[in-house]
Amino acid sequence: MAEKTNNKTVFFNPFSKDNPVVVQILGICSVLAVTAKLEPAMVMGLSVIAVLAFSNVIISLLRSTIPVNIRIIVQLVVVAGLVVIVSQLLQAYAYDVSKQLSVFIGLIITNCILMGRLEAFAMGNRPWPSFLDGVGNGIGYTIILVIVGFFRELLGSGTLLGYQVVPDCLYEAGYENNGLMILPPMALIVVACIIWVQRSVNKNMQEK
Amino acid sequence: MNKQGNVYTIIYIIVLVVVVGTALAFTSISLRSRQQANADADKMRQILASVRLTPASDEIISTYDAVVERSFVVDSQGDEENGDAFGINVAEQSKLPEAERKLPVFECKVADGSLKYVLPVYGAGLWGPIWGYVALDADGSTVYGAYFAHQGETPGLGAEIEKPAFSSQFEGKHLFKNGEFLPVAVVKAGQKPLGDEDYVDGISGGTITSKGVSSMLANCLAPYEAYLSKLSK
Repeated sequence: MAEKTNNKTVFFNPFSKDNPVVVQILGICSVLAVTAKLEPAMVMGLSVIAVLAFSNVIISLLRSTIPVNIRIIVQLVVVAGLVVIVSQLLQAYAYDVSKQLSVFIGLIITNCILMGRLEAFAMGNRPWPSFLDGVGNGIGYTIILVIVGFFRELLGSGTLLGYQVVPDCLYEAGYENNGLMILPPMALIVVACIIWVQRSVNKNMQEK
Repeated sequence: MNKQGNVYTIIYIIVLVVVVGTALAFTSISLRSRQQANADADKMRQILASVRLTPASDEIISTYDAVVERSFVVDSQGDEENGDAFGINVAEQSKLPEAERKLPVFECKVADGSLKYVLPVYGAGLWGPIWGYVALDADGSTVYGAYFAHQGETPGLGAEIEKPAFSSQFEGKHLFKNGEFLPVAVVKAGQKPLGDEDYVDGISGGTITSKGVSSMLANCLAPYEAYLSKLSK
């Protein structure tokens, strides 16, 4: 990376040009799982931002001390520790959400974005850029999650954040919620649509 | 010191694991009471849901205290035992032989002054555990209400068991038919069970989860037979 030290690019690139989900295609599994409703999607996004930012900082601080042959194990231990702490905090302060997210919080550990950013960025950069990189990638991930969650909840349940937004008169006129939107395959299709839109806007990213 | 050497590596990982372990232990201990309070409140909410009460989240505990008159444990002979009904792990109990089980009963007084008996049930769905609470009228046979929940059933299919559309079907069903104890069965919509027990329609596309509910009710309600037949007299 030529712009290694440019904090602004480090922070803003993951929003669109280098988005972890739609460009790097990392973390797809959790996008499928937690986006049936908007609220868990947002909490999942926030959790990933927190875990990613802190693990990036910690690994970046430790980077010169970590023995090369066990660096993946060290990264895993740090990530796993942070994920368990987040999961415990959610159980204590946001019980309903933690029930909805259930196993997926634990699965942040296996979210490819984390290991990807730790290995690709934090191992070779100073703490502050690493922190920005973590927050940036976390936000990039959250943006996609929220967009997908928005459409799936709106079309699948007719609600947003649990509040009904599709008016009753529409249902009376014969409109029905699309049950397929709640199932995981539609998340994949919505992600594909986002990728399509994004590639149409940034022509230079189209694969030849 | 050589940072790639074996000694350094081993010391490094030991220190790291101890530090992380301490941090986790500290978090767990300092948050435990809050988490337990949340879990208890959630359990109370589920018990109340089976007697058709859905208080707001900040009123759960006060409603529970007002509605649940007393809770106690019975054995498979129908006699009361000592024990804390609320703390009993129904998941573990449901795997024991019927004669050894400790069976919690929550006695509730609803708005019209009548007594309801809430019994917990626990079983397996397609992907993971399912559980619920069945509320019976004072005759020990008529179902007043039911609440079901699941850990990870398929959304839109098996997960529908948690919707009132499914659980409200149980209202008014009977556990005793002509003096014989027959738990309510869940069968494919349009079909009938082989015996003459009461039945409700299962969920189309959620066959295994529906069967799970059926066998959960059979397994967890059967040990209450002695106690319930005492009530019905």
